[in-house]
Amino acid sequence: MDLLQLLISGLANGCVYGLIGLGFVLIYKATESVNFAQGDMMMLGAFITLGLTNQSYVGLPFWLAVILAIVIMGILGYLLEVVFIRPMFGQSQIAVVILTIAIGFVARFVAGLIWGHEPQSLENPFVGKDVGFGGLVLGLDEVVIIGTTLALTGGLYLFFAYTRIGLAMQAASQNQLAAYYMGIPVKRIHSLVWALAGALAAIAGVLFASKGAIDPSTGLLGIKAFAAAIIGGFGSLPGALLGGLVVGLIEPLSSRYVAAGVSQIMPYLMLLLVLILRPHGLLSQVKAKKV
Amino acid sequence: MGEPLLKIDNLESYYGPIMAIRGVSLEVNEGQIVTVLGANGAGKTTLMKTICGVMDPEKGTVKLNGQEIQGQDPDFSVRHGIVQVPEGREIFPLMSVEDNLRMGAFTRKDRSNIAADIEMVYGYFPILKERAQQDAGTLSGGQQQMLAIGRGLMAKPKIMLLDEPSLGLSPLLTKEIFAIVKRLNKEQKVTMLVVEQNAKIALDTAHYGYVMELGRIVMGGPAEKLRESKDIQEFYLGQRSEGERAQRRWKNRKTWR
Repeated sequence: MDLLQLLISGLANGCVYGLIGLGFVLIYKATESVNFAQGDMMMLGAFITLGLTNQSYVGLPFWLAVILAIVIMGILGYLLEVVFIRPMFGQSQIAVVILTIAIGFVARFVAGLIWGHEPQSLENPFVGKDVGFGGLVLGLDEVVIIGTTLALTGGLYLFFAYTRIGLAMQAASQNQLAAYYMGIPVKRIHSLVWALAGALAAIAGVLFASKGAIDPSTGLLGIKAFAAAIIGGFGSLPGALLGGLVVGLIEPLSSRYVAAGVSQIMPYLMLLLVLILRPHGLLSQVKAKKV
Repeated sequence: MGEPLLKIDNLESYYGPIMAIRGVSLEVNEGQIVTVLGANGAGKTTLMKTICGVMDPEKGTVKLNGQEIQGQDPDFSVRHGIVQVPEGREIFPLMSVEDNLRMGAFTRKDRSNIAADIEMVYGYFPILKERAQQDAGTLSGGQQQMLAIGRGLMAKPKIMLLDEPSLGLSPLLTKEIFAIVKRLNKEQKVTMLVVEQNAKIALDTAHYGYVMELGRIVMGGPAEKLRESKDIQEFYLGQRSEGERAQRRWKNRKTWR
């Protein structure tokens, strides 16, 4: 029973990593550059929700605050692309990567300025409540995290497989030039992908904050999620989720069965191992161009 | 005949400092198949890219039905009836054949007719129907070319720009593709501008032809006239003139330079 509970809480952690990883992979697939501010966008999403719902700030109802935060982060993502990333179109990828790192620093600074650097907790309806499944007692927050991630994954799958915009995003990521030739407005698609990544970051942030306190450097979690996404196979959406889950599970298991401090480095050891044994990650999409 | 469907005047395009097309003018009348012949590096692909808006010209105009469209983004030109079937197919490899076709119809407003048009494309390319749910990247080169043409058709273009449809295909497949191009022109009333290196098949299919060299149009005329031209025969149709051996040395190779 104990082990099962450990696994469930590991899964819940993994879901958050996976959601941040999804944001990384979405932007990478569409624009072929890595957004290192993804973790900080998650942090911002969490703080915006906190600022809107906590009694010491605005005090809106929790769900309203969550929806507002998702919308705000979506718009922020869109604007970031239009204002900062689009002018870099055609520049080297490394320039874009450094730009996103800078955006991350600014986000941390701004969050610290508004909400202070002390850890704070998000007031939410799940905290401290338990759900019983048979003999198993689970935290409501963990159930919500896993459920939300499942629902989001299903929703994203349907979105990419069946909607016109979703298909166009796929098309633009697989062959940008051809998408351009077909009259797909590639630049607008890029902005929309950033908006989607922003909204995802907000959801991941709320889920993360429902488990514990957050502070402006929470966004550094993004690095771990990035490692997780690489373990899963960068460039593959299911891979990002899988990688997140793997890392989420390996952390508590290693601290229980190996030694307490080991859980800190296990994700990165995993990363090294996967990169040596399966350089493209666990679930990689291999495409060979035919001539 | 009135205004040509596509009229290009004095078009100049650059890659950075390099002038890739140097004042090209040509006309395509509605219902015609027009071909642009030329060797590698003549500027044919650049011309196509400039027409459909992937590249912006430095000078000159592109008029579609009398309306200037140069310098617009490709989604504008696709919406106004110019679609390009790019060189090297450029399909979406990880999407199904059917989704590839659907992407061709991205700019269309009449969504309800799309299913019927997919069937129309399958009518011309039955093999695509067999492979409808397969990832496009798993198709053979010839099937990918068919898919690229079918995808272009899905945009309901007035004029289709075909860039080297024979690239990497066997002579037999090339013939098949050009036969379909001819049928599409007749039956679906799609005007075609075809860029080709394979001069023989292009001139056999087209009504009118231009010859491009080093960024300029050096010759133009009805296809049957071009077929008979001595220079075309020598440069593009592979017939050697009967001259002395010395005449075939590279120094004496004829060009329009």
